[in-house]
Amino acid sequence: MPQDGQSVLHVQDLKTVFSTRSGDIHAVNRVSFALQPGELLGVVGESGSGKSVTMMSLIGLLPMPPAEVREGSVEFDGHDLLKLGRKELQALRGRDIGFVFQDPMTSLNPVFTVGFQIMEPLRRHMGMDKPAARKRAAELLQLVGISDAERRLKDFPHQFSGGMRQRVMIAIALACDPKVLIADEPTTALDVTIQAQILELVKDLRQKLGMSIIWITHDLGVIAGIADRVMVMYGGQVVEYGPVREVFANPAHPYTRALMTTVPSVRGERAEKLNVIEGQPPILSQHPTACPFRARCPKAFDRCGRENPRRYTVAPGHDAACFWDHETGGARDG
Amino acid sequence: MADRRKLVEVRDLKMYFPITSGVLRRHSGDIKAVDGVSFDIYEGETLGVVGESGCGKSTCGRAVLRLYDITTGTIKIDGVEIGTKSQSALRKTRPTMQMVFQDPQACLNPRMTVAGIISEPLDEHTNWSKAQKLDKIYELMDAVGLNRNFANRYPHAFSGGQRQRIGIARALALNPKFIICDEPIAALDVSIQAQVVNLLEKLQDEFGLTYMFISHDLSMVRHIADRVAVMYLGKIVELAPRDALYNSPRHPYTEALLSAVPDPDPKREERAERIVLTGDVPSPANPPKGCNFCTRCPKVMDICREIDPEYRELEPGHFVACHLHNTAGTTGAPRDEHNQQGEDA
Repeated sequence: MPQDGQSVLHVQDLKTVFSTRSGDIHAVNRVSFALQPGELLGVVGESGSGKSVTMMSLIGLLPMPPAEVREGSVEFDGHDLLKLGRKELQALRGRDIGFVFQDPMTSLNPVFTVGFQIMEPLRRHMGMDKPAARKRAAELLQLVGISDAERRLKDFPHQFSGGMRQRVMIAIALACDPKVLIADEPTTALDVTIQAQILELVKDLRQKLGMSIIWITHDLGVIAGIADRVMVMYGGQVVEYGPVREVFANPAHPYTRALMTTVPSVRGERAEKLNVIEGQPPILSQHPTACPFRARCPKAFDRCGRENPRRYTVAPGHDAACFWDHETGGARDG
Repeated sequence: MADRRKLVEVRDLKMYFPITSGVLRRHSGDIKAVDGVSFDIYEGETLGVVGESGCGKSTCGRAVLRLYDITTGTIKIDGVEIGTKSQSALRKTRPTMQMVFQDPQACLNPRMTVAGIISEPLDEHTNWSKAQKLDKIYELMDAVGLNRNFANRYPHAFSGGQRQRIGIARALALNPKFIICDEPIAALDVSIQAQVVNLLEKLQDEFGLTYMFISHDLSMVRHIADRVAVMYLGKIVELAPRDALYNSPRHPYTEALLSAVPDPDPKREERAERIVLTGDVPSPANPPKGCNFCTRCPKVMDICREIDPEYRELEPGHFVACHLHNTAGTTGAPRDEHNQQGEDA
């Protein structure tokens, strides 16, 4: 784990629990990571692996109750975000940390014009007056590649297509020049050709604006294309974390290795039979005392059922949480 | 390929949904969801149908099973013409053709047990005794990898992948020959998708099934399909055997679609050259003049904006509808407008 003082966002041992009528759900367990300035961190995992909940916990977007952040710290700009009050968080969200949600169809308000919705954070956080905000909003729409921006500010969300709406969402998130942009499956609801457009846009914007981005997805292909670093999550925990090329070339955790072989590709060799990860993801009804992946893991041995593995360093900047050593193929000591 | 039997023959299938306007609900136009598609599916093969949302692939699948009353066209399944049959007459032929739906949450009745769901087609189409049906239900549950002990549970007690297995067991109940899988894995997680796809392949081998596999996931279609049809705005733009289509796509849309799929390999991804299409798919209510793809095509020519390209066989089994592949003699030779619409194979 990088521990230098320069990271924009530093999350340590985050733990989020949902209290439901049928008991607690331990959705996020001891998640730690750091986000460097200007980097794009890709977060992959299946649904229920805790990737969205982690990011929403950071900036207090979860409804509390039922959610509760029980442990951990989130250091951002000299503050611990988990200790800030509602007002302070509100001032921070949208201004310093932008958020793009998965579904562009439902995250825009249908009764306000797109222009109003882009201008809202500008007027609130930056104290702009109406004409200035409108000018900036038009610039933003242009930035995300919507032509005829001035006129389209007066349009309502239903007059935009899915890809265009996602562009609008990105424009809103970028409005106040945030230091960190969190994008939660921003292209999952879109078609591949539109996804390609959005990915190009993000690459382009990164060069222009130089912000840090957290990109949540379940598509390894997207991660391979845009991320600098990748964090693989399973059962509410980080199972592997490292630079993209390193993790893809040299995956250490059995889950990462399995994930990479279950996905067929449109290029290269075609496998006769798909590799399968047998079984179901775990139900996180209690604090994990063993490895969450052990039931589906081909390499599991008795220690995996007794202890929850801690993250160990595979290579500089690359770590994994596993007792199995991918290099020797045997158990790891320590 | 010629010696293999055609199980499904679709010719010039059109499915228009009327748009009405005004107080009098006057018919003011049509949404051309499926606009003249023709294809065959051979016995025992899987035809993959890919395309972006709104291209008409699901409508096409439903129309082939006559879940809609189609506008025009002929559909022959196992030698029986069903394009014009009435819905009541169709009931008798339904057992040969079944469907697996996209959303395993929505397509199962939450108030029925798994056994009830799987036996519903048996109740409807057979006069078996209770014991016979129960035997069949258990047999089906084994075939799709569900535990027999769960027969009396309700759908909510199952995960997404297991629910999809229930849907597949129901589709198999009447020993169909032909199954349309409409995005059967779109709602599932990556690791579960592979399980369901492997199950579908296993069942195909076991029961000699023929699939029409509708999906937007090009990499999964490459895995499961023998031949692949690419749809755009209600038309098939390219249809070819799998390897031919993925290795040497002939239509610019297929090229762009394939190049847009991100590669889960950072090294290849870095070198990849993307064809990024601009703009969005036009509305099927008001398709552009000429070729449907002319508004976004990177290789557009003048003729594309005038004349709809013919759907023709370039190489045996490789069909493309694009002016780029007109032979020199026919380029630009405008034909009778009516003929351009026709897609006689």
